[in-house]
Amino acid sequence: MTEELRNSPLTPRWRTILIRRHSVVTRLTHWLNVLCLGVLLLSGLQIFNAYPQLHWGQYGADADPAFLKIGASESNGEPHGFITIGSSVTVSTTGVLGLSKTGGEWTTRAFPAWLTLPPYQDLAAGRRWHFFFAWIFVVNGLVYLGYGFLSHHFRRDLVPQRSELVPRHLWREIVDHARLRFPKGEKARRYNALQKLTYIAVIAALLPLMVLTGLTMSPGVDAAFPVLLDIFGGRQSARTLHFITASLLVAFVAVHVAMVVLSGPWNTMRSMITGRYAIRQEGPDA
Amino acid sequence: MTSLTRRRFLIGTASGASVLALTGCDALEQNAGLGAVIRSAETLTMKAQRLLLGRGALAREFAETDISPSFRVNGTSAPDSEEYAQLVEGKFAGWRLKIDGLVDRPQELSLADLKKLPARTQITRHDCVEGWSAIGKWTGVPLGILLGSVGLKPSARFAVFHCADELERTLDGSGRYYESIDLIDAFHPQTILAYAMNGQDLAVGHGAPLRLRVERQLGYKQAKYVKRIEIVDSFAGLWGGNGGYWEDRGYEWYAGI
Repeated sequence: MTEELRNSPLTPRWRTILIRRHSVVTRLTHWLNVLCLGVLLLSGLQIFNAYPQLHWGQYGADADPAFLKIGASESNGEPHGFITIGSSVTVSTTGVLGLSKTGGEWTTRAFPAWLTLPPYQDLAAGRRWHFFFAWIFVVNGLVYLGYGFLSHHFRRDLVPQRSELVPRHLWREIVDHARLRFPKGEKARRYNALQKLTYIAVIAALLPLMVLTGLTMSPGVDAAFPVLLDIFGGRQSARTLHFITASLLVAFVAVHVAMVVLSGPWNTMRSMITGRYAIRQEGPDA
Repeated sequence: MTSLTRRRFLIGTASGASVLALTGCDALEQNAGLGAVIRSAETLTMKAQRLLLGRGALAREFAETDISPSFRVNGTSAPDSEEYAQLVEGKFAGWRLKIDGLVDRPQELSLADLKKLPARTQITRHDCVEGWSAIGKWTGVPLGILLGSVGLKPSARFAVFHCADELERTLDGSGRYYESIDLIDAFHPQTILAYAMNGQDLAVGHGAPLRLRVERQLGYKQAKYVKRIEIVDSFAGLWGGNGGYWEDRGYEWYAGI
């Protein structure tokens, strides 16, 4: 299944081969997932803006203690935006959170216009976009999960080998990543242990958590599956966990994209578009 | 009844965003039937929830100790009319609930009449579409009992709740609050017309003398100041035609999510 490209004749001991890295199902579900998560994040921030506080427990509204609050207040005649975490930590966030410019005008809104969908305040529209793409996200995720199990993609590519989970091995991978030394040659054929563990955490924990905490906010779903309220400790806890999990996903995407750029953006992007990934291989000229 | 006062405030302050309003997804949504595609998810959500819920699944009922220490007053805090002021003055003695539309025996009931009927008390969570929740104890008449006593005509499909409050002042009265549910929710055991909250007569801020509780849906379905229940076969002739005040302003009619 490998196509060989003859390398420069001056370096006969190295050759670049293109391996088939990602299946068509992986590639399609990956990019559909990018679209879904993008829309879900921006419309989710729109929904958050309608009530920019988070609580813990079964109930929570203005008068109840907030776990996190984004708002605006006035001091010395000057408005300023802030974020408060717990009851003590308050950070001034004027310009981004709480108070930001919308079309040149200062506006009191939790997340700024450029981070919400639609950009202006419209909870009803935000909900419509959120739920439509939530459905696509779930169906897309189920297709990927079904494929992953049936094709042995998970077992073959994502489940780490025992030897990879030894602390010394993991530590070496962490050090290599920190020095931006990425696997080459035969080793580049497979995901390294950090990749496997991260992808498993995203696929098996973060994304399902997003769906379940989201569903727990639905009064209808709560009536059908009251156990969700016990698992997450209430609708308001679920809303807080939904926000925290979304933040973790944003952090994952930031690192993921950074790694793509640092480890060779053309090769990694090609592998997720055409499926083919180039690796340099040592060996006799074929 | 979930007010979006903050939302309206923000719309006011965000007038500079009107340029943005013409671009982006709103334009997309109004384009080429994409809006209809996006909205189709609502039908899917309702069908999926009804499949999972069945007719009878109950919303969780909580303990006395779970009740919110302070239940946020939302939407209208007091209907602004001479008629309502007089009813409050007279402790709602002159108040009547009218039930009409596609029924065999239209009725008018006083508050005393309602309190004589079998009552149900439930401690449930009120979920605002904005995201907050409050837990309260509600006592009232199961709607199913009332609908049974007036008798529904075969063409009956929805119960519409007409309210005494105007959330938006308009010349044509289209800012008057109203809501609707289908018969599955109307006959659900937890769907009650509540006249008491946390063991006391319903306060004006919470919809005195009578409000709807339909526990498997969001706050804006919980119509306050209910004065008339009209049984209909469609919403076509009612205000915006979408079955509710917020529904006419873009929100989903099925508010189970």
